[in-house]
Amino acid sequence: MSTLLEVRDLHVGFGREPRDNEVVKGVSFGLEAGKTLAIVGESGSGKSVTALSVNRLVDFGGGRITKGKITLQRADGAAIDITAADEPALQRIRGREIGMIFQEPMTSLNPVHTVGAQIEEAFRLNRGLVGAAATRAAREALERVRIPDAAQRLRYYPHQLSGGMRQRVMIAMVLASNPRLLIADEPTTALDVTVQAQIMALLAELREELGMAMIFITHDIGLVAGIADDIMVMQHGVAVEQGKLDSVLDNPQHDYTRHLLKAVPHFTSGSAVRSDGGSHAAPIVTVDNLAVRFPVLKGLFRRKTGAVHAVDGVDFELRPGETLAIVGESGSGKSTTARAILGLVKATRGRIEAKAGRSGRPVQMVFQDPYASLNPRLNVEGLLAEPAIAAGQRVDAKLRQRMVFLLERVGLTKDALSRYPHQFSGGQRQRLCIARALMLNPDVVVLDEAVSALDVSVQARVLELLIDLQREFGLAYLFISHDMAVVERIAHRVAVMYAGQIVEIGKAAAVLGAPQHSYTKRLIAAVPAIERRRQHFAVDVTQVPSLVRPAGFEPPAAKWREAGDDHRVRVEETA
Amino acid sequence: MGLLKAVWRHPSGRIGAAIIFIFLVLAGLGVVGLTPHDPLKQFVVDRLKPPSATYWFGTDLLGRDNFSRLMLGISESFIVAFASVAVAASAGAVIGLFAAWWGHLWDGVLMRTMDVLLAFPAILLALLIVAIEGAGMVTSIVAIGIVYTPIFARVVRAPALALKAREFVEAARTFGSSQGYILTRHLLLNLVAPLTVQITLALAWALLTESGLSFLGLGTQPPAPSLGVMLAESKSMMTRAPWLMIFPGLTIMLAILGFNLLGDALRDILDPRTQGRAA
Repeated sequence: MSTLLEVRDLHVGFGREPRDNEVVKGVSFGLEAGKTLAIVGESGSGKSVTALSVNRLVDFGGGRITKGKITLQRADGAAIDITAADEPALQRIRGREIGMIFQEPMTSLNPVHTVGAQIEEAFRLNRGLVGAAATRAAREALERVRIPDAAQRLRYYPHQLSGGMRQRVMIAMVLASNPRLLIADEPTTALDVTVQAQIMALLAELREELGMAMIFITHDIGLVAGIADDIMVMQHGVAVEQGKLDSVLDNPQHDYTRHLLKAVPHFTSGSAVRSDGGSHAAPIVTVDNLAVRFPVLKGLFRRKTGAVHAVDGVDFELRPGETLAIVGESGSGKSTTARAILGLVKATRGRIEAKAGRSGRPVQMVFQDPYASLNPRLNVEGLLAEPAIAAGQRVDAKLRQRMVFLLERVGLTKDALSRYPHQFSGGQRQRLCIARALMLNPDVVVLDEAVSALDVSVQARVLELLIDLQREFGLAYLFISHDMAVVERIAHRVAVMYAGQIVEIGKAAAVLGAPQHSYTKRLIAAVPAIERRRQHFAVDVTQVPSLVRPAGFEPPAAKWREAGDDHRVRVEETA
Repeated sequence: MGLLKAVWRHPSGRIGAAIIFIFLVLAGLGVVGLTPHDPLKQFVVDRLKPPSATYWFGTDLLGRDNFSRLMLGISESFIVAFASVAVAASAGAVIGLFAAWWGHLWDGVLMRTMDVLLAFPAILLALLIVAIEGAGMVTSIVAIGIVYTPIFARVVRAPALALKAREFVEAARTFGSSQGYILTRHLLLNLVAPLTVQITLALAWALLTESGLSFLGLGTQPPAPSLGVMLAESKSMMTRAPWLMIFPGLTIMLAILGFNLLGDALRDILDPRTQGRAA
């Protein structure tokens, strides 16, 4: 095997004095043709900058390669030093020799052109195909990325496709030029787990078919375990450990790799669920036959032609001191359920009952995005005071005492009071949100993907904090998440939502360890895990059914089957 | 105090602030009567004198001291400009906030009304209002205030719509925060930066509109001088006594420049994200 790419002592800096602001400080690696290198690290580790230097896209982000050599073996056998190449030469290399896919497929596609037109353009630019030949090539490219009904999908606009479909279209465009190296920058981070598994399986298959090399950038060390040959772990701009996949994963040498491997939530099929807590007391929140529907209006007179059944016939109980996790993918209705409980969306039908507990507002919420859920213009004191002011309390010494107590309890210091949200990191902000939710001493905290936006090691610490707080204050959590590994760590009970309905609910160990419903099984099989890296996944193209129903549609009453003590499964229709 | 210091550190803010400060001092002295001469007294022997040590900016046809009149004129014009912008900013902010917050029908009714007002050229609309109400200082303030209200309503509504959908507003609803609290602390507080910029820009326009109205004889009434009145009086003697036109004209130009520079600087400073520090 010949070496395709050779990076020696790469330094990349930003700003006016790139030498003083280095983000990548001396990274070296080699990549053979047809092999896959995974670059793993947390945000700010320099992993994306390293990869973007390989095709010099980093120049457009204000970066400068200050030192080092990047040698690419071109298709005709000539070697070229990327760091010294001029822009026209780089343009010939980008796309044709080095393809790239990004994290967010929606922003990478042009919204005003059909996907067909965009793929055809890629073929025209790279292979000179026009007219019917280009259309045929585009259709074949879509078929190659396993998009069903490829001929029809060519006429779709990006917004008409799901996130996973869009990422496949991006891959199809990249493949138009038959690149010998594909750089994938967190290509599945924005996608649901089952979709992520589909894309990963697709990439693995395409790599075999086309024999291309891949650089795969990710923060999730478990994700690359099944696809990479080599792995490079980065921290603060330095490759702290690199080597063959198996040797790094099974026998990590550097402390940071070990820390990363430990911090990544491992999903162990329900064998690591919490043994503490839980309760059999009377439920504090009871949700009975909850339905949330959003009307679909059509035509000049805005006639109601149907409704999106976002949540349909959901029942569950939350007991004091326990964590009920609601898992599901985007669009499954889990967030809508949470919002309905807090009164942020109006329930179309059903009953939500929250017992008045220690305070007037027994249910509080922590949102997903710690950057968006804090008003940037208020300092911490103002932010923490808000729930109390809303409850009619006065901002006095006693209230300030509680603020300081909670700040210290969530791991922040007293001097944080006078600071503003932008002066905190993502993890600290989420701690602020947690402190704010606890200001009124609630009984229930709804955590809507509360740790999903955080880096893995931060995530692990926030989860520990949440578990500690639950024990200390006897809180009940409604934990909304798509991440099975995180759920396994914190949940006592798990409810699985699919297409607006709960399909399985019960004790965490039972649901995660012995899933009964076919969707739960699929969800669990899709979780990337280091332990299961040698299993092979076939590309699965199952689509979520549409939630738009005609006006007057009522779903059939759910039939339930007991699968054990506190474990219920919805009986599946055999259509 | 921190804000003033920050303005002073800002290169264009310093120039803008200095210009506006000087004009405010002149206006203040003009109002309390600390002028070199009585601005209304006619020194009959010294008619149409060019600038000199006695009459710094010269004298007019009736022998009144141009510099003293200018000081009083700046105060007249600034009072109308500040008051009318205060009217426009408060009315516009309230209309924009409620249009964004209530949405639907209210949004349509309020914003289409604003669009109708916006369709008229500023000076024409002001003229119309003055023609109905009769000339005078209070009418000028109300007229100019109404003219610039739609701009504030627009400037507030669009970001307020975006803020309304932000998670921190949703979070506030989960605490049960009152509508007034959300509107002021979460929406209005985040609109301080665009409002400040708009206010300083509007001060410049209001000053110009006031001068225009006075120039046409519909704003401040003679013998009280305002910048527009002084320009109007100077036009027949443009060649014989150019100083009568140059100084008020230069004052208007500098004041507008000053407000604009100050507005830019305030925008840079007031947004905590641009500086990495809290203002």
